[in-house]
Amino acid sequence: MFNKLFKSSKATFQTFNVLYLAFLLSGALYALKTFHSYMDVYEKVILFGSVGFFTWLGWKWNHFKKIMILVFVISLFAVHLYQGVLANNEHIFLLKYLIASQSAIMWMNVFFVLSLLLYWLGLLTKNNLIDNIASSFTFVAVLFGFIGLLVRWYESYLMGLDIGHIPISNLYEVFILFCLITSLLYLFYEERFNTKKLGAFVLIVINAAVGFILWYTFDRHADGVQPLVPALQSYWMKIHVPANFIGYGSFSLAAMVSVAYLLSGKKILTSYLPKLAVLDDLIYKSIAIGFIFFTIATILGAIWAAEAWGGYWSWDPKETWALIVWLNYAAWLHYRIVKGLRGSILAWWALIGLLITTFAFLGVNMFLSGLHSYGQL
Amino acid sequence: MSFAVSMLVFLGIASIIGTILKQNEPYENYIIKLGQFWFVFFEKIGLYDVYHSVWFLTILLFLVLSTTLCIIKNTPAILKDFSVFKDSLEEKSLLSFTHHFVIKNKKDVNTSKILHYLKQAKFKIKGKSKENGDFLIVAKKGNYQRLGYILTHIGVVVICLGGLLDGNLIFKAQELLGYKKIETLDMPASKVPEVSRLSISNTSFRANMTLAEGSSDNVAFVRMKDGYLVQDLPFKITLKDFRINHYSTGMPKSFESDLVISDPELSQDITKTISVNHPFTYKGIAIYQSDFQDGGTKLNIKLRSLFNSNTAQKIDGKIFDKVKLDKDQITYEFNDFKKFNVLHLKEGEKEKPRNVGPSVTYKVRNSSGQAHEYLSYQYAMPIDGRSFFISGMRETPQEEFKYLKIPADAKGSIDEFMLFKDALQNKTLIESVAKKMANQSASSADKNSNVKESFEKSVNKLMTLFAQGGFSNIAENIDKNIPASEKEKAVQTYLKIIDIASSELYKHQFNLADKDLNQARITFIQDALNAYSDIFFYGVPYYFELTGYEQKEASGLQLTKSPGQFWVYLGSLSLVLGIFSMIYLHERKLWLLIKAKGGVILALSSNRKNVDFEKDFRKLIQEIKKIIQ
Repeated sequence: MFNKLFKSSKATFQTFNVLYLAFLLSGALYALKTFHSYMDVYEKVILFGSVGFFTWLGWKWNHFKKIMILVFVISLFAVHLYQGVLANNEHIFLLKYLIASQSAIMWMNVFFVLSLLLYWLGLLTKNNLIDNIASSFTFVAVLFGFIGLLVRWYESYLMGLDIGHIPISNLYEVFILFCLITSLLYLFYEERFNTKKLGAFVLIVINAAVGFILWYTFDRHADGVQPLVPALQSYWMKIHVPANFIGYGSFSLAAMVSVAYLLSGKKILTSYLPKLAVLDDLIYKSIAIGFIFFTIATILGAIWAAEAWGGYWSWDPKETWALIVWLNYAAWLHYRIVKGLRGSILAWWALIGLLITTFAFLGVNMFLSGLHSYGQL
Repeated sequence: MSFAVSMLVFLGIASIIGTILKQNEPYENYIIKLGQFWFVFFEKIGLYDVYHSVWFLTILLFLVLSTTLCIIKNTPAILKDFSVFKDSLEEKSLLSFTHHFVIKNKKDVNTSKILHYLKQAKFKIKGKSKENGDFLIVAKKGNYQRLGYILTHIGVVVICLGGLLDGNLIFKAQELLGYKKIETLDMPASKVPEVSRLSISNTSFRANMTLAEGSSDNVAFVRMKDGYLVQDLPFKITLKDFRINHYSTGMPKSFESDLVISDPELSQDITKTISVNHPFTYKGIAIYQSDFQDGGTKLNIKLRSLFNSNTAQKIDGKIFDKVKLDKDQITYEFNDFKKFNVLHLKEGEKEKPRNVGPSVTYKVRNSSGQAHEYLSYQYAMPIDGRSFFISGMRETPQEEFKYLKIPADAKGSIDEFMLFKDALQNKTLIESVAKKMANQSASSADKNSNVKESFEKSVNKLMTLFAQGGFSNIAENIDKNIPASEKEKAVQTYLKIIDIASSELYKHQFNLADKDLNQARITFIQDALNAYSDIFFYGVPYYFELTGYEQKEASGLQLTKSPGQFWVYLGSLSLVLGIFSMIYLHERKLWLLIKAKGGVILALSSNRKNVDFEKDFRKLIQEIKKIIQ
């Protein structure tokens, strides 16, 4: 009886997987059919490559399928509402207050702030219900964030056919990407490790980024879409930047879990948090995945640099700091995997790693000048 | 191993230095920044080009060596481990494993079912019957994890070697042995001696070349330390055309160069357009669009005298050329021309970027050799709802530009200001206006001719003072002649008189009646008076009006030959594969002893014992138990 139930739910699961693939594939085929004359061969490869990547993620993690479907359906609805007129984001209620890109991103910010507060409330009251709400709010924030980015992508084309580009080209946009990727990674591990107690820590770093987005929007008014400088006009951007941010996001996640680890090790909040061994494992997994993507991102960056700047390695400050970040985590993994090092040293190290990563991500743009001067503060 | 790690740390620190101190700047910049003492010290230890300094390359070489030794030391054991199944283990040693499990007294174990399960679980299996009738199953999986170790380390070595191949080691050696020398003097490429030239056969380089439109060359320059080397090329490059396309906002959208490559070995030239992100490779040399500059744009200029009545002299210039005005003993040196200038101008509440058209940067040098730098725009630009001709001036390159803002007339030209300025400087006109003003004020209030006369005189004097030095001249005069208590009143009266007199001069100059003096004209007069006062600080007696130009651009190309690129990419691939297998493949070694007397012993080992290992172990016990019972 149980076995049968299990089987049938497995079958439903399989059907859902196939439908999901069909959904993504039909979207990609439609895009190809409609816009193939604007795409070069690399962009077509990336389009179908991303179908593969998102399918793999969705098959590995059920919630990801739901996020993808909701994001695409709602974004397409927003596109429908726009009717090809940018000014509609001032006239149409749903766009103006909900799913025009700037509004959606504001909602994302709101939900991230609420999630942080709720996660802490849930942690301190040991209330699982509140944890669940916090977790759902993070999902909602992620939904809004992705809708915001996708709609922004569309809006950029409404500004001008030559202005349109994927919204990962300046600091405002990549900070949103950072929030989303870090949240997704966290939500994945939340489910895998069956603990919602770490949101209170991970959401801190996400909310720091939210603070930056708000400052960038209201103080600097730098939230507008800017056309791409020639050096960024390349299909490489679509791969290099997200890969990098999976790295940054994972390293941040690891650092925040390390904070929990260190506190718990010092008998603070110990009874509220998962066991040290679990935290330790999570730190390791997160750094491992971040390291792989960061390695790939740096290599892809080198290949792109060879095309755009005339050399795969120019010792540009950003490149050099990427190397330092890479060396740092390479050494971390080396000591853990090969030498079998464990314990609070690694947690401290992961935390310091975040400082180095932050400098590579932000500090270089603020204090050092070089070829990577796209995201000036 | 710890040696390699400390080398890595050292490398990291050295790299940080290179990001903090800007690399490969002209040496003068370092002298200004650091002072003579530190400049020499830093130069000695090679901090201006950290990544190519001898000590940096030495560390890199040591790193390569020690990593290679690591590989050589560990590889045989790892490879051997692939084929070996340790089937000599006895019961006692299995029981000494940290992860072992014993099922007692169980007979008639279904061996084939266990083997089937292990096969399904992707284990590689070997079975062995022992002499005492026991049966030992040895199984393992995730072997490639150890291969990951080799792949990552080989990756690092190959990347470093590729990098060294593209570095300038050969030149460094040649320089050390005295075969080559960096040229520091400015001279045409053809005059550079052989000792500072790199031949066509040079295997790796990264050189630059600037070509003006229509010109061609077959040499490129490698900048090095405080000088350069000349790299001879196996072909000639001609720049047909250089283009910058713009977005509607005025931001540059693309930089493109139309090139013709002529190779004596080819019967036909190659025509190719390159742009940023789209280089062209020929004979192993990749040609990139790197930057651009002016290539000698021709300029038609009208110099309009600011201190004589409206006269203009026409001169023709060219960027990078000079024009000397014998009469004034000054020389115009034209430095740069820009066809597009996107500025953030204040329009109402918001600042908007907009293209304000061409500009010229030039220096004006006097007979004693001192120069001021100027920046002049061709067209008037909108500021605060009005329209101004803007020209910047600075005395040294470190300063910000100070701007002269001359109001444009309704036709968008500077003529009206020039004519008005003539009126302000016209003595007879000032006299007649002074008379007229005195008459008007007298007719309404006072008939006393003395008062009238002194008023006329003071108007005359005031306007002459203004004509000679603008508002600051008036202010100086007030400071000198009027007691502090009456200053404020005097300032107000004077300003009012200047206002009225200027309006009169303006009306007179342009034949206007009182009613014609609308708000726009009143504002114009105010702006013009302010601009007029500023010309005394402008430093040159001419307004620079660009009347025409024939643009000629130059494209900056980068040429690289990098035989190491292939190896770097190959090494990268090996590195990624290695990291993947090290992290995501889990090595498991399993022994299962089925005893003839009954009972089963299971032992599991891995080179890494972590949470996943524990999980696998528990699962394995569960499954085996299920099969056995």
